[in-house]
Amino acid sequence: MSGKNFKMLSNPFNLQNPVTVQILGICSALAVTVKLKPAIVMGLSVIVVTAFSNLVISWMRNSIPPRIRIIVQLVVVATMVILVDQVLRAFVYDVSKQLSVYVGLIITNCIIMGRLEAFAMGNKPWPSFIDGIGNGIGYAVILIVVATVRELFGSGTLLGFKIVPQAVYDAGYINNGMMIMPTMALILVGVIIWIQRSYFKQLNEKE
Amino acid sequence: MKSLRNFLDKKKPLFQPGGKLSKFGSTFGAFETFLFTPNHTSKSGSHIHDTIDLKRTMTVVIIALLPTLLFGSWNIGYQNGLAFGVERSIIENFIFGFLKVLPIMIVSYGVGLGIEFIVAQIRGHEVNEGFLVTGILIPLIMPVNIPLWMVALATAFAVIFGKEIFGGTGYNVMNVALIARAFLFFAYPGEMSGDLVWVYDLAGNKPVDGFSGATPLAYAAQNASSEIASFKDMFLGFIPGSIGETSTLAVLIGAAVLIFTGIGSWKIMLATVLGTLLMGGICNLFPANEYMSIPAYTHLVMGGFAFGAVFMATDPVTASSTEKGKWIYGFMIGILVVLIRIFNPAYPEGMMLAILLMNVWAPLIDYFVIESHIKRRLKRAKIKGNA
Repeated sequence: MSGKNFKMLSNPFNLQNPVTVQILGICSALAVTVKLKPAIVMGLSVIVVTAFSNLVISWMRNSIPPRIRIIVQLVVVATMVILVDQVLRAFVYDVSKQLSVYVGLIITNCIIMGRLEAFAMGNKPWPSFIDGIGNGIGYAVILIVVATVRELFGSGTLLGFKIVPQAVYDAGYINNGMMIMPTMALILVGVIIWIQRSYFKQLNEKE
Repeated sequence: MKSLRNFLDKKKPLFQPGGKLSKFGSTFGAFETFLFTPNHTSKSGSHIHDTIDLKRTMTVVIIALLPTLLFGSWNIGYQNGLAFGVERSIIENFIFGFLKVLPIMIVSYGVGLGIEFIVAQIRGHEVNEGFLVTGILIPLIMPVNIPLWMVALATAFAVIFGKEIFGGTGYNVMNVALIARAFLFFAYPGEMSGDLVWVYDLAGNKPVDGFSGATPLAYAAQNASSEIASFKDMFLGFIPGSIGETSTLAVLIGAAVLIFTGIGSWKIMLATVLGTLLMGGICNLFPANEYMSIPAYTHLVMGGFAFGAVFMATDPVTASSTEKGKWIYGFMIGILVVLIRIFNPAYPEGMMLAILLMNVWAPLIDYFVIESHIKRRLKRAKIKGNA
């Protein structure tokens, strides 16, 4: 992989992160991060959908009439989402149940449409594919961080395993009910943005 | 006094720019202005001068809060005595309760001021005095059994996310003390609601027969209006509840101090009462259940209404600042309190949520009041111009 392609892959992890820098896909980041497992599955699904719709649209980009490009993009994304949904139902049914409508709602995830419009429509298939994977991972990373904090402090578990020992509960510790609520997810995303911006000064808007 | 002043003057150069400890200049400034009124005056423009500054304002609010603190401490001892059939004198009750409140106050002040000082050092600002009042408000609106680590966590959350990220004292959108309470209310509902948390040591111990520890609001929410304490008891405060909220009388003494000194807005307090009476009156007219038929004025003495209306709703930072806006703001709080109390069984007490909601609305109310004011004056100017 060339250096340019690698940059495309790694940029969305941090300085071009779709969630914390471009503030896209917040809705699902709040909805599916109560537990770590659904968050990981959701992250993987979005990686797959972004990568392959980017690939397909990039192949088709020269033959799509500009006027109806949004419809074409939607058809492609919807196909990918339905495929992912069917796979989830077949192999991880319980997680698919937990994610409920949010798998279907990947269609409306701004990250995907954003990448199609901004990148796949004007670039070759291979870079588009890499860009899709990069942005998907950027989204998944934030989801996993938020979900880790929420599950650890909200339920005392990680991936369903008990992490907080019983002795701590006996000493008076109680799981934080606020962590279960979407409010706290929003605050956590805010805190991640806060930390990121105070560490990488170039992200701050010039006054 | 003189020696203290001399001591401060001697140490001052150390903390000024260029001094050895100039990093801690804001900390020094905080203590100096806490002890002595600063003697610098504004240099430009014309200003109306008042001997009272922000720190003195806060001190007056703390004095206004003292009756609720003293009564609340006594009530803790009294309720505990009732629950377990212990006879104590007034002084013993007071000491018993005060020793329970003191740790909560120390934790709240320690954590809050700690964060304030750290943030002030990082930003190079002066330490703001806003936390002086918040630090005493937080213990007063907690149940007495609250674990101290929760107080610390809630205080830290409220100061950081309720105030500092908005820019510090004077920039917060919502009342900081109420954010601390709301955080605990949603994060640890088991410790913040129910019948067992309001009386010291009730959870896990068997009280005397006939004592339940339920607040009047809890009875009202269960439509058991015959169980609600008498109006006199609720007015005087001989009921279970958060530490400082039970006695309407003590709150009224505080209200008198605030109104007399001009620090609390009587318009907001009166409007809140009127809104509650109106909404309570409407419910009385169409009583669908027992709760809706309890007299509207009972809402004024139940739960945290009085405390919230006097000390929380009037917070000058988060309330509406236009005179007309204050009426609307207070009135809406009153209406919302009754609505939440009666129609939402999950939240027996509506005062906290009503005030927080209206805090968010306050700037919008101000905006429309000012807009309408400008429009009216513009119209007048135009008519004159034509004539």
